[in-house]
Amino acid sequence: MADELVLLDFWHSPFAMRVRIALAEKGIEYESREEDLSNKSSLLLKMNPVYKQIPVLIHRGRPVCESLIIVEYIDEVWPHKSPLRLLPSSPYDKANAMFWADYVDKKIYPSGKLVWGATGEVQEAAKKEMIENLKELEGELGDKPYFGGESFGFTDVALIPFYTWFYALETCGDFSIIEECPKLVAWTKRCMQRESVSNSLPDQYKVYCFLLELKNKFEAK
Amino acid sequence: MEEVKVLGSWPSPYGFRVQWALELKGVEYEYVDKDLFNKSDMLLKYNPVHKKIPVLVHNGKPIAESVVILEYIEETWPQHPLLPKDPYERAMARFWINFLDNKDKVAPFVTFFIGLGEEHKKAAEEVKELLKIYEEQVLGEKKYFGGEEIGMLDLAMGWMAASFGVIEEIVDVRILDGETFPRLHAWIQNFRANPVIKNNLPDHD
Repeated sequence: MADELVLLDFWHSPFAMRVRIALAEKGIEYESREEDLSNKSSLLLKMNPVYKQIPVLIHRGRPVCESLIIVEYIDEVWPHKSPLRLLPSSPYDKANAMFWADYVDKKIYPSGKLVWGATGEVQEAAKKEMIENLKELEGELGDKPYFGGESFGFTDVALIPFYTWFYALETCGDFSIIEECPKLVAWTKRCMQRESVSNSLPDQYKVYCFLLELKNKFEAK
Repeated sequence: MEEVKVLGSWPSPYGFRVQWALELKGVEYEYVDKDLFNKSDMLLKYNPVHKKIPVLVHNGKPIAESVVILEYIEETWPQHPLLPKDPYERAMARFWINFLDNKDKVAPFVTFFIGLGEEHKKAAEEVKELLKIYEEQVLGEKKYFGGEEIGMLDLAMGWMAASFGVIEEIVDVRILDGETFPRLHAWIQNFRANPVIKNNLPDHD
């Protein structure tokens, strides 16, 4: 029933990647519509008038916005037993998964943006913060194969799209993520072995070029 | 025997949300107030990542971040449900809570409270715009944001019912009046009149 589900998408957006991964994990068919963010479609403006941002999942004509809310929605509408269930069933484990997904939004995204997007002192400070944040995440991962434990889950979905930023972060920030966080890098490799992930993530170098373009655009303003 | 503790800091609205949720569900808990500027060992122990309140501690296990806590409370104590059953309605409630908590949407209220001169004026305009969204798009014709009963979004908006009037008094600028925002105004009265909420509102003084 592909006509029931439309994803307003943008190939390079880590937030859109989360939704693609979640849908792929559950084997749900959908239509992806690539948006031109410099020329947003009337559909996007209509479906997300508040933020005018992707991703937007349109299910039976009704829009769901904000990537983590969309992933949670997908998990509720298409509930599967583990391992296809993205959020754990135990309230405490679920809360933990949500906490760390929220951490990615609060910490990784803002400091990451400054590492590839800023220069000088601002960039240096962001780099320090980013390394701390990645280590903190690595601490949470521990010796588990995934943040979700034995199964790939909500926090994994929330974080793995930022793997596409690694090349950009390392090149702009001049540091090595594998040196700082070897276990986290091992986790990224494990995730990339999943088709749902490898099919949903663009190449790191292409993302680097895209981010540089973005950075230049802002600097030009 | 369940042990439920809430680490909060008066008058944080994020702490109030958690308390209201527990009160509405009839869950007994112990409230522990933390001096906001004196990050005690307890806070560092229970929320080492963000070092912030509120924190819910259930049988020794800590949960942090008010929205995560509310969802946990909802799952653990299903009586007096705070979220609709329908996944789409749930997503909408979550969306608006997320909007409400968004830094950019909180900032105008803060500036309205503490800003001066031009900054304050601009903030007042932004606050009016936001209130318009809450009144028309989010509340609409409903009695509560949650529909017929108080829901999670009401609790998140609750600080407005609890404190906005006081803020208006302090800055001596009225925005949320019955004429301009009749529905929000009515919602505030209804929210404050709820017997559980009534007993758990911060004092005017």
